[in-house]
Amino acid sequence: MKKVFLGASVLALVAGTAAAQTQTPVRVMWYSDGVEGAVMADILSRFEAENPDINVILDNVAFQVIQEQLPVQLASGTGPDIARVTNLKAQADHWLDLRPYVADPAYWEANFGDRFDWMRPDGSDAIPGFMTQLTLVGGFANATLFEQAGIELPGPGASWDDWIEASRQVAEDQGLPAAFSIDRSGHRVAGPLAAYGETFIGDDGLPAPLSDDAMEFITRLVDWTGQGLMLPDTWVSAAGTTYRAAADDFTNALIPFYYSGSWQVANLSTKIGDAFDWVATGSPCGPVGCTGMAGGAGLVGIRYTQNPEAVARVMDYLASEEVVREFTERTLFLPAHAGIVAEGGLNFQSDDPNVPPALSRFVEASGETLPATDALPAWRWANSVYGALVTRISQAMAGELTLEQARALIDRDIADQVEAAR
Amino acid sequence: MENEIAQVKATAAPEGSDRRLRRLRDRLGPLLRQVVLLPLVLISRAIDPVMRLIQAKAGTGGMIAVFLIPNMAIFGIFVIIPIILNFVYSFTGGAEILLDQRAWVGGQQYERLTDCQNYLDPLSCREDLFWRAAHNTFFFVLFQVSLMVSVSMITALILNRNMAGRGFFRAVFFFPVLLSPVVVGLIWRWILQREGLLNLIVTNFGAERVVWLNDRFYAFAAAIGVSTWAHMGFFTLILLAGLQAIPKDLYEAAEMDATPPARVFWRITLPLLGPNLAVVLVLALIRGVQIFDEAYVLTGGGPGTATMFMTQYIYEVGFASLLRNPGLAAAASILMGAVLVVLTLMQLGLSRRAEKARER
Amino acid sequence: MSTILTFLTRRRGHGGRWHWTDVASWVWLIGGTVLMFGPALWLISSSLKDPAQLAEFPPTLLPYVQQTAAVEGHDTPLPLFTVTMEDGSTRDLAQVRRIGANAQMVDPGDPDAQISVRIADRTPVRDVGIAHGNYTDPFLHFDFFVYLRNSVFVTFFATILTLFTNSMAAFALSKYRFRGRDAVLLVIVGTLMVPLSVILVPLYSVVSRVGLLDSLWGVILPTIATPTGVFLLRQYMLTIPDDLLEAARMDHASEWQIYWRIILPLTAPALAVLAIFSVVWRWNDFLWPLVVLSRRELYTLQIGLNTYAGELNVQWHYILSMTVVTMIPVVLVFVFLQRFITTGIAGAGVK
Repeated sequence: MKKVFLGASVLALVAGTAAAQTQTPVRVMWYSDGVEGAVMADILSRFEAENPDINVILDNVAFQVIQEQLPVQLASGTGPDIARVTNLKAQADHWLDLRPYVADPAYWEANFGDRFDWMRPDGSDAIPGFMTQLTLVGGFANATLFEQAGIELPGPGASWDDWIEASRQVAEDQGLPAAFSIDRSGHRVAGPLAAYGETFIGDDGLPAPLSDDAMEFITRLVDWTGQGLMLPDTWVSAAGTTYRAAADDFTNALIPFYYSGSWQVANLSTKIGDAFDWVATGSPCGPVGCTGMAGGAGLVGIRYTQNPEAVARVMDYLASEEVVREFTERTLFLPAHAGIVAEGGLNFQSDDPNVPPALSRFVEASGETLPATDALPAWRWANSVYGALVTRISQAMAGELTLEQARALIDRDIADQVEAAR
Repeated sequence: MENEIAQVKATAAPEGSDRRLRRLRDRLGPLLRQVVLLPLVLISRAIDPVMRLIQAKAGTGGMIAVFLIPNMAIFGIFVIIPIILNFVYSFTGGAEILLDQRAWVGGQQYERLTDCQNYLDPLSCREDLFWRAAHNTFFFVLFQVSLMVSVSMITALILNRNMAGRGFFRAVFFFPVLLSPVVVGLIWRWILQREGLLNLIVTNFGAERVVWLNDRFYAFAAAIGVSTWAHMGFFTLILLAGLQAIPKDLYEAAEMDATPPARVFWRITLPLLGPNLAVVLVLALIRGVQIFDEAYVLTGGGPGTATMFMTQYIYEVGFASLLRNPGLAAAASILMGAVLVVLTLMQLGLSRRAEKARER
Repeated sequence: MSTILTFLTRRRGHGGRWHWTDVASWVWLIGGTVLMFGPALWLISSSLKDPAQLAEFPPTLLPYVQQTAAVEGHDTPLPLFTVTMEDGSTRDLAQVRRIGANAQMVDPGDPDAQISVRIADRTPVRDVGIAHGNYTDPFLHFDFFVYLRNSVFVTFFATILTLFTNSMAAFALSKYRFRGRDAVLLVIVGTLMVPLSVILVPLYSVVSRVGLLDSLWGVILPTIATPTGVFLLRQYMLTIPDDLLEAARMDHASEWQIYWRIILPLTAPALAVLAIFSVVWRWNDFLWPLVVLSRRELYTLQIGLNTYAGELNVQWHYILSMTVVTMIPVVLVFVFLQRFITTGIAGAGVK
């Protein structure tokens, strides 16, 4: 009896390992801002059911892991097989060219082709992956606070000054600690800088020194912080390039106006619930335009994978129109799939009456971006510029630097990065 | 140095314990010990002959190697080699992470770090953030170590008195030492934030709410206070052990002479506590220079760069930031290491001197 | 009873009078107790609040939950509010929905008549209660038991290996004279002052070369050769008289047996201290596992906690509750073993 039992278990063990051996593993490194991790897990389990020979392992990691550990892994020629990344251009050398492996390169070109330059080296024709979503930087207003204060929401075409003045009135009337906040991120302020006339990229493709136009907005930002209009908690209370979001301050109704981006819609909807009404406002205007920054997260194959064919099959599945549509509808993200955008008719899954108008406002605002901001996602030095902006502007806000000093140091930090890469 | 630490050894007698508990312990103890030791006994049976063979072949010298090798091999691979690599990194440039892809730049990184018109004004330096971190760390260490030593000293003196619940209170002050630095930072950030407990207390006394961590002074004070909170229990114990090792008859004699307490403290307690105090001082210094986790979680280095300390600068430049430069970070860490070595030599020197003074 | 009283009032001075230093000592000790335990208690209380309550000012000392009432004609219970009416009277009403700055409310006793109220005029009706979702949700979504297993694995093996390797090295360094001994000691003590965050990048490349990335052994091995442990054990072993060793050698004991049978049992108190510290350190480790482990099934609890910090938002209510959970073993160590530590650590003198 004992022997039979032993034999059976050995057999089971062998069978188990045999099954595991025939399955090709594909690792996906994924971070989540909201529900997308759960949605992706669900979609992948369906993929596995249809493709029993591939075992997809989804690693949900903190965003910090993508930013700090993944680059080190890539540099040493390791890493997952697929990763969801925001820093796409600077690491473009590490992405796998899927063109020889995907079933239909023409489908990829037609639907995702516009953004391949965001994630491949200049001049390459590779298909590195696709954008899981587009994001657009823009504002949110707490309509209930505005209503209680009896202040009209500034309409389309309202300038940054108009918005801050209106928010100031609301904050004063309602006894709030501040009028507005912007996430602590260079990416967030790059849009307003462009709206004031900054172009970032010099004639040689390298970063240009900061213009007087950019200083115009930076001066305002620092002044607003000094006057207590911008919530100091977000920018001032951290050093270096640390990212800090002000979403919690907005959902707790501490600020009537919040400048962040489209990816916040799902988060705001769950956190705010029924507590107040909120609207997406697009980007306030500067002298040159009313632009936010476009961007997004891309899902890319990693060059160091052992199984490029399996990776391509997973990517083909995830990039297929119906899966992208489902993912978009469930996560409340803006789609990056040209076919779906053209077709429209997305059925966003939310009971929250604030969500559909907010999403359509962002879609509308995506037509208002300026060429200066559109060029940044595909520009190698964008992250250096963002990093320098955050570090030095917050020092100026904290009173450690004058604006002139900050300007000189931003230029120097960026020049150092260019120099180091030579 | 070894002698003085051995001397620090606690001689604390077990405090009054429950008789029934002791009886239970006496009965359970041997049984438990046998169960725990059984695998060890088996392992030793297996190892003994092998070791005998090695000793017979290689002699006592071979056995020394056997004892040292496991620890030193791991130590060499995971501590010494990275330190050497770090040294090499500091002479390379570029943004690449792996050493073999990096370009040799000689002493450029060091030149860049030390390029200053006036070392007291960070803004006149090429790497202003490095010098800001250096300044912050200097003042942090200055205030934190003074606070740490005085608070631990007072607590140890009080716990050394013959009073009720001494064991309990000794444990109380030790509790935060066991918490992880991340948790320490998190707890205090939670208390000091805009909607936190401290503001509740402050507003109850009729004062205005303060956003503590946005204020340069308060944020710096918080970093000092929180790190003292987290580590003082450890230093208190070392001092307490020293106090308990002071012979009681010295105090009795002083009492008979009706010596005033302040004089007893300066003439008996402090000199005899010397070696322990030296250990505490230098350990607190070394740890102060290394301050990172709890301050990073607590303030993130802000407001501005008011609480950005050296280790955070190195971590950000080398690893975390969008403006990454591993060579510069390595050079900065070597400079910091040099300062730490000076502090260690101070420890060795101080304890040597104290030892000699005692022998006399 | 009287013995307890005399015990409690036993103090420094002679006779029955209280010296001012007695009063000052008690104030210091009791103030210290509040300061040392207060923050942890506040953390626990906060971890039982729901997200909305966490954001509230002034914060309440105890967690509360909003009362609800089942109202006819509504499928789900409605939240209850105390409403200040225009005439200054107050009523408890249930909220049907909020529209802009107004709320539509009903009296639970009279569900047909809807009353419109400005939202500034209502405050929620609450009772002391706990938001247990903070604790139960993570157990469902968060692979708590996987992370727990990894944490226990790392803590257990790291501690065992630390004790073995460190005690062997400490034995060699304390009981033998050989060339280079002082140099070895100096190197070990010297590395006491290298913080991990400083050698992160080179250490990472070493671990990656050795092939230990994304492996729990990659977390364990670099931590076990602690200079602290070697130093602590060596200091303790120096106090063991050499005569014991000589006597054993006379009896033809091998060097290994001397280490195993004589030195180790005699070093037990110092080993206990090192074991306790090793458990606490490895359990609390954060930065290094974060760097080494990028696969979910290998996460330790401290790293798992960190996934609640996304690109955009920190989910405080989960972070607080899971922090409390990860503190439990540390608190247990504290409650049951603090006497070992507090008496033994002094013997070590160095952490």
